[in-house]
Amino acid sequence: MQRILIIGATSAIAMATARLLAQRGEFLVLAGRQQERLQALAADLEARGAGGTALIEFDAVATEDYQALVAAAWGEGLDLVLLAHGVLPDQQAVQDDAAATSRALQVNALSAIAWMAALASRFEAQGGGAIAVISSVAGERGRQSNYVYGASKAALTTYTDGLRNRLSKSGVTVLTIKPGFVDTPMTAGFKKGLLWAQPEAVAAGILRAVERGAGVVYLPWFWRYIMLVIKLIPERLFIKLSL
Amino acid sequence: MRSWGGLPDQAQQQRRVQWRDQLPGLLAEIGLVAGLGRSYGDVGLAANGVVLSSTGLDRVLAFDRELGVVRCEAGVNLGDLLQLCIPTGWMLPVVPGSQFVTVGGAIANDVHGKNHHVRGCFGRHVRGLLLQRTDGEELWCSPQQNQHWFNATVAGLGLTGCIVEAEIQLIPITGALLDIETIKFEGLEDFLALSAETGDGFEYSVAWIDCLSKRSRGHFTRANFSEQQLPVEPVAPLFSVPFAPPFSPVNALSLRLFNSAYYHRQRARRLASTANFYQWMFPLDRIGNWNRLYGRRGFRQYQCVVQAEAVADLLQIIRRAGTGSLLAVLKQFGAIKSPGLLSFPRPGVTLALDFPWRGEPTLELFRQLDAVVVSVGGAIYPAKDAHMGGVDFRRAYPSWEIMEQYCDPGLLSLFWQRVMEDA
Repeated sequence: MQRILIIGATSAIAMATARLLAQRGEFLVLAGRQQERLQALAADLEARGAGGTALIEFDAVATEDYQALVAAAWGEGLDLVLLAHGVLPDQQAVQDDAAATSRALQVNALSAIAWMAALASRFEAQGGGAIAVISSVAGERGRQSNYVYGASKAALTTYTDGLRNRLSKSGVTVLTIKPGFVDTPMTAGFKKGLLWAQPEAVAAGILRAVERGAGVVYLPWFWRYIMLVIKLIPERLFIKLSL
Repeated sequence: MRSWGGLPDQAQQQRRVQWRDQLPGLLAEIGLVAGLGRSYGDVGLAANGVVLSSTGLDRVLAFDRELGVVRCEAGVNLGDLLQLCIPTGWMLPVVPGSQFVTVGGAIANDVHGKNHHVRGCFGRHVRGLLLQRTDGEELWCSPQQNQHWFNATVAGLGLTGCIVEAEIQLIPITGALLDIETIKFEGLEDFLALSAETGDGFEYSVAWIDCLSKRSRGHFTRANFSEQQLPVEPVAPLFSVPFAPPFSPVNALSLRLFNSAYYHRQRARRLASTANFYQWMFPLDRIGNWNRLYGRRGFRQYQCVVQAEAVADLLQIIRRAGTGSLLAVLKQFGAIKSPGLLSFPRPGVTLALDFPWRGEPTLELFRQLDAVVVSVGGAIYPAKDAHMGGVDFRRAYPSWEIMEQYCDPGLLSLFWQRVMEDA
């Protein structure tokens, strides 16, 4: 039985991943903001076969607590940590609001990075295991429709790239997950089309990537090529577009 | 969103709920709570045009593998529960013809299955349910506690409040392979004799009938759980219908060809076989969005229960209309009573047929069928209905007056509005 910490456990992709892990009988430490929701989720995962669950409440702002929370979650060691918490701010509403912009950066970038800072040396000492982090294709190039979110995910991606570089020497996998459009409560307001994926499909892709020890994964796979095209557009042309 | 049959013309707005704590706010703005939208007609459509989909409330809260009791949120679908319980030797006591049905929807429509003759309806196996009214009041309802609320909520078409959680008693099984016997029959007498002979010796029984044939020929199928204990996995969908064609490929010619081929697919009069539970129980689930095969205008299902003698009259009317159905299903209901006030099944034979929607000609056919159903004191199934008149409904479901006292003033379906407007 593996021991797995899921941070932001009540997000749709995290829940779908947790269900797959529960079916494998793993022990799941669930970290989230709301105790009641975590309890309902834990009951579900235990009914579906999880070897056991433990709950951790955390706040995206109170990053000074994370050392202690990691110590509580650690047990005999963690095989996998999935970092899945995040917010998708409404670009129009936050772009000219410094406080709202920094709140989005706090949750998506600073809080996630603080978790990794609290985890890194323990994983290094353990000499194995995996840290999987949900970033986004939005972090690959800033676009006018989404650059606050994009900037927060770019910070996260760059941090994970560096951490992977460091921890690979200790046999620890750091996986940067870059989902495209996923049909979750976070994107409830969007019109869905052919490019949209279900959280269950993304969850299965995450676990496959963890198993093969991948460093970066685009989910679904075709986003690698969509983003390649977007990154290749020359800046002089790009600024004329309204992406 | 639209119903499975493609109603209404103007699609309804859908809200989603993920967590219990979001319910109070959402219940204040929506007109009805629904599940996966598999009801054919308008029981799952809101009079105010805003439906809350419960499918995000999909957590299993407890599963007692010793006693076979599962407690879950109401948006869990039956297929999900089957995948959870079958490997542990338990089975849902009642499943309808599709696994893409939520627990809440199964309770609200008090669904029945091919084992109605031995198990009754879904509601009979519900040990209790948590009901949340739109004013925020929460009630645990069971056959022992808040019994009147329980009886109004089972088969209550979602009108008494939002079903939040339910506890279901499962039945033990040896495995989920089925030993199946399929017998060809000609004539309704033959069907009735087979039903009588089958009695409670078989867990499941159902018949398909060629509704275009004068001889009322068909296949009678009955099944029991096999003694073979092989693991049974859900079957993958074969394909999905990507869009509704402008014209339905279901027409008089294709129907005749299909029905004839379907009858003759089996040469022997009697055939024994073994099948995967999922595959046999949910054949249409293997074709994603099969409702689109009926074209953009959609289709209507007609399902009624009548005394056996009236079936011949119904079939004759359908044959004459010539617009009959791909899959016409006949089943003898048992006498097991449901706690639900508005439960549909009652002793008699139930007949279910799909018709491509052609507007007035389809309605005219339904009116002729209604006349027969009414004349023998039968009933039409609300979960499939989009045309039944208020007078016919209230005659077939005399408990509607009691039911009305339990209706939540914050909820109203297009169905209930329709059958109550002239009351």
